[in-house]
Amino acid sequence: MLVIENLHANVGDKPILKGLSLIVNAGEVHAIMGPNGAGKSTLAHVLAGREGYTVTQGTATFDGKDLLDLEPHERAAAGLFLGFQYPVEIPGVSNLLFLRTALNAQRRLRGEPEISGADFMKKVRTESAVLGLDMEMLKRGVNVGFSGGEKKRNEAFQLGMLEPKLALLDETDSGLDIDALRIVSEGINRFRSPERAVLLITHYQRLLDHVRPDYVHVLADGRIVETGGPDLALRLEAQGYEGIAA
Amino acid sequence: MTALPTRKAEAWRYADLKAVEALWPPQPARLISVRAGEAQEEIVRVREGGLHDLRVELAAGATLRLVILVQSSGYARVAVEAHLNEGAHLDLGGILLGDGEATQEIVTEIRHSAPGATSRQRVRLVVDDRSTGTYLGRIAVARDAQKSDAEQSARALVLKRTATANLKPELEIYADDVKCAHGCTVGELDKAARFYLQSRGLPRALADALLTRAFVADALTGLEDSSTREALEAETAEWLEQRA
Repeated sequence: MLVIENLHANVGDKPILKGLSLIVNAGEVHAIMGPNGAGKSTLAHVLAGREGYTVTQGTATFDGKDLLDLEPHERAAAGLFLGFQYPVEIPGVSNLLFLRTALNAQRRLRGEPEISGADFMKKVRTESAVLGLDMEMLKRGVNVGFSGGEKKRNEAFQLGMLEPKLALLDETDSGLDIDALRIVSEGINRFRSPERAVLLITHYQRLLDHVRPDYVHVLADGRIVETGGPDLALRLEAQGYEGIAA
Repeated sequence: MTALPTRKAEAWRYADLKAVEALWPPQPARLISVRAGEAQEEIVRVREGGLHDLRVELAAGATLRLVILVQSSGYARVAVEAHLNEGAHLDLGGILLGDGEATQEIVTEIRHSAPGATSRQRVRLVVDDRSTGTYLGRIAVARDAQKSDAEQSARALVLKRTATANLKPELEIYADDVKCAHGCTVGELDKAARFYLQSRGLPRALADALLTRAFVADALTGLEDSSTREALEAETAEWLEQRA
């Protein structure tokens, strides 16, 4: 599904990714762990197409398409979803208007008909109930007045609504208390299926207690230095990154 | 007859004086007066260039909810002079949308002449291309107009750096027991918000239109009737979509 080869990327003039390679197949859950400054969030932003990040070398394809050649909204329509570490507040644009606009923009680009109002609201009710977001919150501006945990639940809600193929979740667990972590993890687990894949970017092992990965990668200094199964995350927790990356 | 204004006059400093000359002398001001204790809603749409003068007279306890939408290709100036008597309330929402080479101005002078009157102004300017948008907002509180409450918020959104926005609040207060909150900001679209919307599937132009629409919507919050509000929002959205 996602094939990254020898990816080099700069933020401004500073090289951050220095030859990163990774293959994610449908049905798999990958976790990328690593110390601060290793390039985890840069990877997420480069894949989603954020301004200010320049790829200097290497390739990334998504379902065979050159991902790096697509505009951010085209990547979304192709099935890529970025869960933000810091979801943005947008006053004046309600969550519902935002989601419906997004869903229909994606559908138009894929040549599909727009979703009807009734089908949209039905889906909203189902998905929001799972994540404990009430309708009053969804009528408010995007993330406006939401606590840290509510913002992350809203990310998981959007994931459920937009039904992408690949979820790229950037530190979804940061700022969550134990209950919120469990709720968000359930959202991610509900999303898992043989046709879909998840790439979890995280500092800590605790998210992986709830969402069990197939592969764990250690990212250090812009490239993947070690790959293993779920036990690698436990070893990291015990030994720290210095013990592994050295 | 009033003399043709020059650049030296503060109220005309940002005007397109060549256009003003062709329009001079102005037509008499349109009068909007609300009787004691009554409430009224008024929408003023300016789609054609010109000097549009409004005189607002609010009797004791009268309420006026006024929305001004300026969107013309030539030079347009909407000047509001409002007199508030005891306990009157003026809610003024202003939207100015500029593109091309247009110079457009909203100029307000709110006079709190008697005690206990309240005014609330929210003006939003959106300027694109090489257009100029100006808001001059003067609030005058007379010596015996105690307990006046005048709130003024003016914000400009500059869509292209070739465009110009001028915001100038001016408070002239002679009473001592008054509240006059005011704020002015000039900014661009929030890049983080734009990327967030794009990452969810909105093309850039649509993301910008949605953010701009939200920016402008603040100016309409004073309207009680939601259908009027939605109609005005739709007019604004139409302008935004044409640009997309």
